[in-house]
Amino acid sequence: MSTTDNRPFAIRTYSPAQLKQALKRMYLVRRFEEGAEQSYMRGLIHGTMHLSIGQEASAVASCIELTDADKITSNHRGHGHCIAKGADVARMFAEFFGKETGYCHGRGGSMHIADVQTGNLGANGIVGGGLPIAVGAALSAKRLGRKDVTLCFFGDGANNEGAFHEALNMAAIWTLPVVFICENNKYGMSTSVERSTAVRRISERAAAYSMPGVTVDGNDFSAVAEAVHHAIARARAGEGPSLVENLTYRWRGHSKSDRNRYRTKEEIEAWMARDPIARFQAELIAHGVLDEAEAIAIAEAAVSDVEQGIEFARGSAAPAIGEVTRYVYAEA
Amino acid sequence: MDVTAQETSTRTLSYSEAIREAMALAMEADPTVILMGEDIGVYGGAFQVTLDLVDRFGPDRVMDTPISELGGAGVAVGAALTGLKPIFEFQFSDFATLAMEQIVNQAAKLRYMLGGEASVPVVFRMPAGSGTGAAAQHSQSLEAWFGHVPGLKVIQPSTPEDAKGMLLAALADPDPVLVFEHKLLYKMKGEVPAGYYTTPIGKAAVRRAGSDLTIVAASIMVHRALEAAEQLAGEGVSAEVIDLRSIRPIDHETIVASVRKTGRLLIVYEGVKSYGIGAEISAMVAESDAFDFLDAPILRLGGAEAPIPYNPDLERAAVPQVDTILAAARRLARREV
Repeated sequence: MSTTDNRPFAIRTYSPAQLKQALKRMYLVRRFEEGAEQSYMRGLIHGTMHLSIGQEASAVASCIELTDADKITSNHRGHGHCIAKGADVARMFAEFFGKETGYCHGRGGSMHIADVQTGNLGANGIVGGGLPIAVGAALSAKRLGRKDVTLCFFGDGANNEGAFHEALNMAAIWTLPVVFICENNKYGMSTSVERSTAVRRISERAAAYSMPGVTVDGNDFSAVAEAVHHAIARARAGEGPSLVENLTYRWRGHSKSDRNRYRTKEEIEAWMARDPIARFQAELIAHGVLDEAEAIAIAEAAVSDVEQGIEFARGSAAPAIGEVTRYVYAEA
Repeated sequence: MDVTAQETSTRTLSYSEAIREAMALAMEADPTVILMGEDIGVYGGAFQVTLDLVDRFGPDRVMDTPISELGGAGVAVGAALTGLKPIFEFQFSDFATLAMEQIVNQAAKLRYMLGGEASVPVVFRMPAGSGTGAAAQHSQSLEAWFGHVPGLKVIQPSTPEDAKGMLLAALADPDPVLVFEHKLLYKMKGEVPAGYYTTPIGKAAVRRAGSDLTIVAASIMVHRALEAAEQLAGEGVSAEVIDLRSIRPIDHETIVASVRKTGRLLIVYEGVKSYGIGAEISAMVAESDAFDFLDAPILRLGGAEAPIPYNPDLERAAVPQVDTILAAARRLARREV
């Protein structure tokens, strides 16, 4: 006798502990970015930032089954990927604040947060910059006989860079264990996918490189987890790369200079009504993974982590001025 | 001789054979060393430098890439970041313009941007220079472009012995190194020590001692400068010839010490004269205590302010030759500048 399990993929595949950690990480991404934004408004940090608020399911669901041996490459909108890969928000804030205790000792800032030891090869300030690097990481795994996979995050804008096409082609001809994850948030800065891209779905590009391509609702945790799970399984089995397109939306502008002149208030509100965190939390409660009280506790824990992270960052020392050329080359 | 040799026996090898021997030695000793590039497998590379290495090490370690310079260089960077030591051959160094993003934004900056927490031990081999009749897009000398980028190391070995020793030093280096190999040097023969040795990156070599003027030359210009120095000796002018070997880092001490001794400086290089190696060395000397020892203005002899032309006479005229080096050195010695 067999029964069909009709619960969403994530609920039937992952343990309650994994699912609760995922919810916590989604809250952490949201609260981290809000905290960064407020710190910027208050003049505590300088520079610019690219916020992924509204895209949390894409980052966290994609990374749910990764270990520290697995790698990710990320893009300029990369805070969510970092947290999804297990980064400590206190060290992330310290980096944002330009402090010595930050992941990059204050040299990288928002666009270069990385933790190579835990497989986070870094955010990237160049659109498409991480794609060939991800293929190189997958090449290392294959040549050195390791079983790790590389997830390569990029936005819809990157799909028109030459590096995207060169990277997908090489990953395919060499059958490398890499999953390309396109977070399609509809706009490359202000230019819509419709105006910039010849195909209707970016996943259609996969056909040109003989790899599976799938488009999913990027605000549906379970849909993302399922698509990436199959792509990772294929990569680990030595069957090569895949392309997953997560349809999502950034609630905030491209960066601090954005005046939202290319999209409507109605469009933004319609996407805010599809909040990936609220949807995932409701799903977890509906399927009995946790109750309201536990969900509130998780959300509060994220707030607390962020508050402590900001305090840690504010209290940390800045790099010594005399060390401006340190880390350009290896130290003898 | 500033080499750390395990064996002292030498053989006569060509410059390209010396490079190949270095790559083979490294690959035998270290399974993480791989070669990547366009047509470096059965074809043997556009200049036959990799030749039969695919037969010895197989296609997994001598990887033909598609014609994708940006992607290929980026794959090498990503592989270097995660445990491999790739040697990436650009078919012509001109084609590195297609890969500037990965070389300049990624390879050069990753260690710094990540606060010292990452290492990119990649070697880019860059066949460069004019004299082959290949015209403007296959003949450039772009080393100074890369010399401008902190995080990169840029070397120009001029002899077979250095070609081997400096490539092995580049492979042992935890940072990205670009090796500019002049195409006209590939067939040049010289004595090359057997076995493993490294020639340090960042040290110039005094190829001929002299007392009247200093000629600092890079890559193939070292040989032209030595030929000119030999003729100058017959005219009673004693020229010291320094082989620059490395442009980032650059050997400040050797150059300044020589200028303090001779009081005259001529810099000879194939890259376009303006904003190049010559400007950097001139300024370095002008800012040093050798300034007080100068008896004449500093002279630069570089490539013409033009793309490399096709016509053979024009091509020859576009870069320094023995006769133009001689003429410049005579003017400098007689202080006719």
